[in-house]
Amino acid sequence: MIQSGIGSRVLALALVAPAVAVFGAFFLLPLARLFVVGLSGPEGWRTYAAVLVEPRYLESLVSTMLLAAAVTAVTLAIAGTSGLFLARNRFPGRALLVALLTFPLVFPGVVIGFMVIMLAGRQGLIGTLSEQVAGQRIVFAYSMAGLFLGYVYFSIPRVLLTVMAAAEKLDPQQAEAARALGARPWQVLVHVVLPALKPALLSAGAICFATAMGAFGTAFTLATRIDVLPMVIYTEFTLQANIAMAAALSFVLGIVTWLALSLARSLAGTSVAAAA
Amino acid sequence: MTTVTGARHGVAFWLQLGFTLLVCMLLVAPMLLSLLAGVTENYLVGIESGLTTRWIAEVLRGYSDTILLSLQVALACLAATLVLGVPVAYVLARRGNWLTRLFEELLTMPIAVPGLATALALIITYGGVGEFRRSWLFILVGHVLFTLPFMVRSVLAVMSAVDLRTLEEGAASLGAGFARRFFTIVLPNSLPGILSGSLMVVTLSIGEFNLTWLLHTPLTKTLPVGLADSYASLRIEIGSAYTLIFFVMVIPLLLLLQALARFGQPPR
Amino acid sequence: MSRDPLRFEPVPVRLNACAKTFPGGTRALEPIDLEIAGGETVVFLGPSGCGKTTTLRIIAGLEQPDPGGSVFFGSEDVTALPIERRNVGMVFQSYALFPNMDVAQNVGYGLRVRGIDRRRRDARVGEMLAMMQMEALARRRIDQLSGGQRQRVALARALVVRPRILLLDEPLTALDAKLRDGLRLEIDRLLRQLGITAIYVTHDQGEAMALADRIVVMSGGRVVQIGTPRDVYFRPADPFVADFVGTTNRLQAQAADGRLHVLGADVPWAGATGPLAVLVRPEDVRLDAVTGQAEAKVTTAMFLGDRTRLVVETGTGETLSIDAPGRASFAIGDTVRIAIDPDRLLAMPL
Ligand SMILES: Nc1ncnc2c1ncn2[C@@H]1O[C@H](COP(=O)(O)OP(=O)(O)O)[C@@H](O)[C@H]1O
Ligand SMILES: [Mg+2]
Repeated sequence: MIQSGIGSRVLALALVAPAVAVFGAFFLLPLARLFVVGLSGPEGWRTYAAVLVEPRYLESLVSTMLLAAAVTAVTLAIAGTSGLFLARNRFPGRALLVALLTFPLVFPGVVIGFMVIMLAGRQGLIGTLSEQVAGQRIVFAYSMAGLFLGYVYFSIPRVLLTVMAAAEKLDPQQAEAARALGARPWQVLVHVVLPALKPALLSAGAICFATAMGAFGTAFTLATRIDVLPMVIYTEFTLQANIAMAAALSFVLGIVTWLALSLARSLAGTSVAAAA
Repeated sequence: MTTVTGARHGVAFWLQLGFTLLVCMLLVAPMLLSLLAGVTENYLVGIESGLTTRWIAEVLRGYSDTILLSLQVALACLAATLVLGVPVAYVLARRGNWLTRLFEELLTMPIAVPGLATALALIITYGGVGEFRRSWLFILVGHVLFTLPFMVRSVLAVMSAVDLRTLEEGAASLGAGFARRFFTIVLPNSLPGILSGSLMVVTLSIGEFNLTWLLHTPLTKTLPVGLADSYASLRIEIGSAYTLIFFVMVIPLLLLLQALARFGQPPR
Repeated sequence: MSRDPLRFEPVPVRLNACAKTFPGGTRALEPIDLEIAGGETVVFLGPSGCGKTTTLRIIAGLEQPDPGGSVFFGSEDVTALPIERRNVGMVFQSYALFPNMDVAQNVGYGLRVRGIDRRRRDARVGEMLAMMQMEALARRRIDQLSGGQRQRVALARALVVRPRILLLDEPLTALDAKLRDGLRLEIDRLLRQLGITAIYVTHDQGEAMALADRIVVMSGGRVVQIGTPRDVYFRPADPFVADFVGTTNRLQAQAADGRLHVLGADVPWAGATGPLAVLVRPEDVRLDAVTGQAEAKVTTAMFLGDRTRLVVETGTGETLSIDAPGRASFAIGDTVRIAIDPDRLLAMPL
């Protein structure tokens, strides 16, 4: 190999050593412990089996996955439409619109939960409006529907940014070439633009799914009664003090989200996490 | 991709614009409502009850320790991710082999694995170390794990774009040793990435809840933990005022981050 | 529509007072009028930023001309038609092939959006690929093609729908020199064989000379000359054209009484009188130790293989580029005598 800037392997090792040490001691080792603790309950390895066998856990796992899938589909549709629109058009006020649309990007789950309460809670906007219009107060913040709204709310900015970044990198001449060949706007969209955006949509979707699977703060703020997996884990750990079960569930949850991201990455052929 | 600007916009344009504005309203409306509630005497009665700063004052009185702790953790987290992350990004940029790729892959796992699981793993492993468990450093560790990949990626992106190898070979041909090259060539040229990575780390750390909720103790409460408390137990005005303070802390960082991203882009 | 795949209807094109002002005020194109005969190959030539692409995009329907301008294909006013209804073939510098489709799917795309059924589509794509000698590539992915192959696929894709006119925007610029020469020949042969009206944009004068029936030389959003390649080369309309198309020397001269005083000597002269600038191409300056009118000193000698490009300084202090035979050798500081035939001189108003 050509003499590289880093003279030796030793130097490279020295540079990464602190990070490796911290990461090993505080992430890899604890994760391994988590797995082992999952096995250490009175049930042994059946604790893991219980995740898939016991209705309470299985239902929670399935409903969490369904929720995450629905959030992903709806967010992709909403943010994909707006993101493509914002990337393809220039008009006064566009920069402000983009800035406003990306604010929730760094809100923690609890704040998202509070936003949902502001929208759909007992004193929320939707309730007030619906009471004035239909004479009935619509309140859905403290349920799966509220959680759904919150996750969509949280995910829109990220998907929007990913789609916009990808759309701005598209070669505008491809769309022009398709038009020259007689393609209508919808045909350009379906045949040229969406296929080119596929990697970005896949990666944004995967992140959206993983976040919705593992998020905790929003559910925590809205109600402890929503049986999504993170809430079940929290309950097992704090109320039931069933540490083995909480560990097993956490481990399974981690595997599912990690798998979702890896799958999307291999499908998209790009670094999915890079869009996070 | 830009539609023929200056041409008359068709129906499709207006439909999409309307839709986008609607989405924007959905996102912004609750933020505005909560800002409003934070300075309203009585939110149930509405704005007619008068405007006040007493809720904000009350939050500052009761929760200033959470705000300070959050800032402390965020800055410490920034320092740690800089010291740990920049050298890693450098090695990843300069040496691409299976080992470095594996490490890069592993490093991003704390983003994929839910914070709750990571926190539980930390508690199971180190919960018994009383001193450590009770100190704010326990929270810091969680935040560093979660934010490190963002720092590494942001710096790595810039380092890959500027062709460090050529720059460094140029410097080496002029006789610069490793330390000199690192501080006079590598760091200055990676500055945009370091800057945006830093903003990202601070912003994420201030807002981190998923890990922190399990890692905190009654004596180590961060801002989001305090927020969760206030949402659960206090009146909506106080929760709103608290949220308002959070917005004031985070949104300037976010705007700065966006400005930096625009600035760093080649002109289109 | 003619059934002979190898002949196209020759559709004339007319631009009337087409100007373009972009939002933000950039005036990319002053009003231009242009007639292009059916079957003709016209090349827009000019430096980067002079408005070639803008003109092409107005013809394609990708840009609207400023109000008052109009575009005709034959007798049809197409100004208001969007590109997808103009039936033009377009070839881009970046190829703009669709990476999610293979070669055959790319070539067949225009037929697909026209709703032509699978069987007829496959037949015409096959025919087209055969004509371009690319049958073997039909199932290749785009990223498995070389640059030259990509551009041939782009050509095939544009032609298979039997467009009324073919528009090419710097189609060879992204290729390296060797490939460029090969493909240039191929495009030339194809355009002549098909008889399609073609408009070709380039900043490369060699390409323009080789391909054009007529060259439209542009500068700063204006047309500065329209003519055959020989016209443009031998009778440039102004010093800009002379300099952009080939290399020229510009000399100070004085004409009176049937003689022109240039380079310190007098030559017979029938042209304009008074102080003049005269242009002369390097290959039209002879080295002639016997009859040369003026003495000059060699300041640079660059061996180019087939010739040697000399830069000399004359006694009058003027600098000239001269082409000498490749086999003659020169050293810096050599003194040479140069001769210029008066009929090779081109007078320009000062
Ligand atoms: N979409 C646009 N918006 C604003 N200015 C443009 C646009 N497209 C081209 N221009 C400007 O118009 C002029 C002519 O451009 P163009 O026709 O692309 O030149 P050429 O193809 O001869 O290089 C240039 O100054 C260019 O910057
Ligand atoms: Mg151009």
